[in-house]
Amino acid sequence: MIGHATPKLPANETGRVSGWRNLSPKLFGLAVWTLWRRELVRFWREKARVLGFVGSPLVFWLLIGSGFGDLRFFFPGALALTVMFSAIFSTMSLIEDRREGFLLSMLVSPAPRHALVLGKTLGSATLAWIQGVLFLAFAPLAGIPVSVGSLAATGGVIFLMALTLTLLGFWLAWRLESTQGFHAVINLVLVPLWMVSGSLFSMEQAHGWIRAIMRVNPLTYEMAALRQVLDPMGTPPQPGLRLSLTVTLVYALTLLALATLSVRRRPGRSTA
Amino acid sequence: MIVAVEQLAHYYGSRQALAGVSFAVRRGEIFGLLGPNGSGKSTLFRILSTMMAPSSGRAVVAGFDVDRQPEAVRQRIGVVFQSQSLDKKLTVEENLRSQGHLYGLAGRALRQRVESVLGTLGLTERRRELVERLSGGLRRRVEVAKALLHQPEVLLMDEPSSGLDPGARRELWQHIEDLRERQGVTVLLATHILEEAERCDRLALLHEGRIVAEGAPAELKARIGGDVVVLEAADPDGLGPRIRERFGVDLRVVDGRVRVEIANGHRFIAEVVEAFPGQVRSVALHKPTLEDVFLDETGAQFR
Repeated sequence: MIGHATPKLPANETGRVSGWRNLSPKLFGLAVWTLWRRELVRFWREKARVLGFVGSPLVFWLLIGSGFGDLRFFFPGALALTVMFSAIFSTMSLIEDRREGFLLSMLVSPAPRHALVLGKTLGSATLAWIQGVLFLAFAPLAGIPVSVGSLAATGGVIFLMALTLTLLGFWLAWRLESTQGFHAVINLVLVPLWMVSGSLFSMEQAHGWIRAIMRVNPLTYEMAALRQVLDPMGTPPQPGLRLSLTVTLVYALTLLALATLSVRRRPGRSTA
Repeated sequence: MIVAVEQLAHYYGSRQALAGVSFAVRRGEIFGLLGPNGSGKSTLFRILSTMMAPSSGRAVVAGFDVDRQPEAVRQRIGVVFQSQSLDKKLTVEENLRSQGHLYGLAGRALRQRVESVLGTLGLTERRRELVERLSGGLRRRVEVAKALLHQPEVLLMDEPSSGLDPGARRELWQHIEDLRERQGVTVLLATHILEEAERCDRLALLHEGRIVAEGAPAELKARIGGDVVVLEAADPDGLGPRIRERFGVDLRVVDGRVRVEIANGHRFIAEVVEAFPGQVRSVALHKPTLEDVFLDETGAQFR
């Protein structure tokens, strides 16, 4: 009883599950825009909660920095932690949103799936960037000399950092079923990766296998880039600026590809 | 046929959720998939709304195959989920505008559509309120408004009135019927609520992944004919066969009660009580309900 046995299809709609062949620039742009904007509006309405991500790194920094008597060295690491917390926690909402929330309607709309990756991560990255930049206000307190040039370059590196961390968060959140699982990943993987990124000790100070881990940890290169643009006079970091930026860009593109690939799978098979 | 489903089957691992389901929905119809939890209706809903690909079989919605041409289907369906799909931190209007963007609507066209659905669902006064401040009934109406924004041909609804109080439920149904009347929207809904199913033009009853009956609610109930008499007895398993022998009626013992479908039930009651004095504890008579239809077709209680 199939009524339209051979429906006439517009040429671009003959493909199987795919957002690529059906890409309309206007639809793509609108979807990215609306997702990005949504993150910012929500942020504005929940200022107190979100700004809390600046709070705990600030306390860490003051305690660790004062304890070792070197506020300056620990400042970039604390800034990175702020960005990381903000980026990771704002992607965590994906887990819930997919089952119950805004994302459900997105999944049955004609908007392409990769617009979802881009809109959501750009939105979350913008928020993480804002908080990183706010944290920069404490730089003079750390005794770091700032100039317009160094601030602009630092802003750029913070954005790259925010973007990679949100893409990582997106990719992780998309494959996890529960927020508890996400918390476990944060505590067991992400925070340790931050610890061995050059935020607490430099690569020269590190021993044996920790040094090996630092060398393959993408965050090491982001930290190195951050230190070099923000405070080149501080401890000289290990990987050079050019290498650091290259690694970070390659890392960002890899994560973008991974996140995009994982959203093209149709979800929802897990519940009856 | 605006929706045509043929031999649709679905497995979660080795568990069969749909066992070859076929049905068709006519344009402008309110069609219900009625079944208890675990009957497969949610799976069917997910497949029809393009969220999930079926294991086998075929479903065509608004002229396009849900598996092969999901993009084309998505432009033509509006989906109301059982769980909330609104952003609570945004206002009613912001939610609608966001939704519009996902369908490529912008500028004046979007503004007109937003006005129109706000009016249709009686939400114009609420447009600037945050969704988190709205009652459950109002939120559901925003969900419907959102699903209608891009003027879909088919509205798919999963348990539209679950969790709503009777007043909000009546109001929601008023809106659903209005939509069909005025805009010719086809509505396909999954439900486990019998009163909701009663309001559909046609129904498919689902049980363990199969359709066990299909037709208009009145037609389904008319198949039973007459009355349903339910007897509570001290020893239902003993009494059942003796009633069958004595009166030559078809009956079932379900959940410790003897259940008889019979014309002129009132007369039958008098005769049974007379024939087996002291053995019948209580007697009930009702006109056939959809629950009875379900029980007749499956031998299982609807729950």
